[in-house]
Amino acid sequence: MSDLLKITNLKIEAVRENRTKEIIKGIDLTLKRGEVLGLIGESGAGKSTIGLAAMGFCRPGCRIVSSSSIIFDGFEIMNATLAEKQNLRGTRIAYVAQSAAAAFNPAHKLIRQYTEGPVRHGIKSYPEAKKEAQALYKKLLLPDPDNIGYRYPHQVSGGQLQRAMVAMAMACKPDIIVFDEPTTALDVTTQIEVLAAIKKVTRELNTAALYITHDLAVVIQLADRIMVLRHGNLVEEGTSKQLLEAPREQYTRDLLSVRTFQKQVEDPGENKTPILEVQNLTASYRKNTPNVLKDINLKITRGKTIAIVGESGSGKTTLARAIIGLMNPKKGKILYRGKELPYALKRRTKDELRHLQMIYQLPDIALNPRQRIQRILGRPLEFYFGMKRSQRKKRVKELLDMVELPAKFINRFPPELSGGEKQRICIARALAAKPEIIICDEVTSALDQLVAEEVLKLLQNLQDELKVTYLFITHDLATVKAIADEIIVMLLGSIVEQGPREIVFNPPHHEYTELLLSSVPEMKLDWLDELLKSRREKEAARGNGKKFHDIESYLAVSN
Amino acid sequence: MIKLFKRSPLSARIGMLVIAVNLFVCIAAPLIAPYGETEVIGEVWESVSAPNSILGTDHLGRDLFTRMVYGARNTVLLAIGITALAFFLGIFFAFLAAVLGGWVNQLLSRSVDILMAFPTLIFALVVLSVLGTSVPSLVFVLMIPAATRVYRLARALAMNINVLDYVEVARIRGEGIFWVISREILPNTLSPLAAEFGLRFCFVFLFISSLSFLGLGLQPPTADWGGMVRENAGAITYGIMIPLIPAAAIAQLTVGINLVVDWFLHESAGRVPEEI
Repeated sequence: MSDLLKITNLKIEAVRENRTKEIIKGIDLTLKRGEVLGLIGESGAGKSTIGLAAMGFCRPGCRIVSSSSIIFDGFEIMNATLAEKQNLRGTRIAYVAQSAAAAFNPAHKLIRQYTEGPVRHGIKSYPEAKKEAQALYKKLLLPDPDNIGYRYPHQVSGGQLQRAMVAMAMACKPDIIVFDEPTTALDVTTQIEVLAAIKKVTRELNTAALYITHDLAVVIQLADRIMVLRHGNLVEEGTSKQLLEAPREQYTRDLLSVRTFQKQVEDPGENKTPILEVQNLTASYRKNTPNVLKDINLKITRGKTIAIVGESGSGKTTLARAIIGLMNPKKGKILYRGKELPYALKRRTKDELRHLQMIYQLPDIALNPRQRIQRILGRPLEFYFGMKRSQRKKRVKELLDMVELPAKFINRFPPELSGGEKQRICIARALAAKPEIIICDEVTSALDQLVAEEVLKLLQNLQDELKVTYLFITHDLATVKAIADEIIVMLLGSIVEQGPREIVFNPPHHEYTELLLSSVPEMKLDWLDELLKSRREKEAARGNGKKFHDIESYLAVSN
Repeated sequence: MIKLFKRSPLSARIGMLVIAVNLFVCIAAPLIAPYGETEVIGEVWESVSAPNSILGTDHLGRDLFTRMVYGARNTVLLAIGITALAFFLGIFFAFLAAVLGGWVNQLLSRSVDILMAFPTLIFALVVLSVLGTSVPSLVFVLMIPAATRVYRLARALAMNINVLDYVEVARIRGEGIFWVISREILPNTLSPLAAEFGLRFCFVFLFISSLSFLGLGLQPPTADWGGMVRENAGAITYGIMIPLIPAAAIAQLTVGINLVVDWFLHESAGRVPEEI
């Protein structure tokens, strides 16, 4: 059988001010009917650009070099007119974007947006399309499939919305769907549902797919074949099995071995006086609204890493904000070295402020783009320690050295740095204050896996050296496994389990912890299928109709 | 800055040239002008070909070129002053409202809403008829409406910046509100504000001219372009083109500034996709 999609010598250039830069450097790609091809690589590898090029589309500022060839079902897309391309898009090639929340029009109901494609292209009538949407929602395991389409995008959860978008892509029964990181923005437990749904429908409808992701463990579950990309070049191509068991290139091996970094277990003989203590903390955003933090108690020992784990909406970031003084809790105490901290930032002393520092998830917006590194790192030195200009310069260089950046960065602006470098600057800025506690809010989530691992190692080295305490907020259990001494699992504003890492991660688990742990994708073929199978068995065995993705039910157990 | 200039299109460069020439004339007015501002040198409405003048004479026989040069000084400098004042006030209160939020924001924003509810011309006519036409009252009348528009824009910009993490970092560090405003927010709102400055200047400038045309602006014998159009308006009926000369002067500066502003807005907004 001939190939459904055949891309040969694909080259794409970025054009700016009459200068061009090649970002895709001659990629060949074939896709057969019903086959799922995984494209994997770090940011900047060109995977999304290739995905869009399969639809004959290029982002503004880029252009496909005319010697490239994109043949879809015997039809050369490169020679197609705009109208012909538009006719193809949505009907025969569909696209699922990373952020469903940004891809849906918030002003229309889901089913209206589903039916728009087929009705507009004149393939189906509105009632036909509507009926099909309901059938497809059912196949995608959405709750209440007959009526869910009559909701607006903000009325369904993130995972449901993502599945609704998969349904929308399926509306015209396309031959190919391009999935662009469809689960990256989701929680692990939600990711499972979406993966399962994608796997089910692509198989049943025999749809071919390009699956783009940075997470090798995810793509192995879905793809028949995988292409590893880097800087617009192909690194390696092979079946999922080949790639997993016998990778040929070092880069692929690096990708496979991420998440193996682990902190050395320390001797437990250290003093155990808590440096920070939270007692009965309860908070809500406004008066008379439900509490987002419910009676939180925790103790943090000096020089340790405490990880707060939970999915979005669990209140973990709110807890951090309350501790740092950005949010007024309703009641409860925050004690620093046994002394009560005022709730509001303004009423804390300079020294209290200095001892608590924060590092953010997105280094892009955590650094003022109009300030040089010298100023960004120098300001805390000036502010807290009153250092003079020459002293500051010396100390800034020391700080850069501590985060393993060259001293020449001192005169750069943040936009001139890469994501990992920016995050290192954020770490250096926190260290400049000589803090006791650093709150790390999802510090590695926005980074590529290999870069994230470097940052984690750096944080660990700094802790060994400076005995600084980390409060690590994350949804990523792999990070937790790597770096945490103690773990606090949060769910809907409450702590469901807390304790040292060895205890929390070893069975018996709390039910919710087990759900979280089992949802982390593993580098194993058939991991998804086996997991789903075992969950179905357990659900059947329990027989009380409780579903695994019914998050709220776990809270009932803990109370 | 030099890099930015090198990237500028031809239209923006023409605009910059126009602005530069105008500013030069403003500053060097007494050196350029051949006669005194109110010196009578000949007959009424002498044509361009008159031997002792370049552009002819006005309705009182004063040298039109001299009046034009001094008019540039009076009108342009007044407009720059008023716009700068409006920006200072507007940005200051806007940033305060955005950063403090709460009742400060409500009080300031609603006051601005009330001021904006008056049509600017009516507002100007009422205030000028009460206070009389003097330079301070003119400044007041022109500055207030301009400041409300600046306030609106600056508040919206500042609110966007205010929620970013680097502002939060500064707050957690314990920085005061003025540090946050001047070091974190202001530098990141400069390019849209600069574009707005150019645009606002045009409006103020045209508004001065129109008030002068109505006889409420700068009072004779002070030369100003709007007033000169009105004083010489009668000449049109005799087929004499003298009133068109100050009108053209108003037009050239407005167009010049807009050319630069367009480019500025384009730079700060990024590129628009050609095909989707």
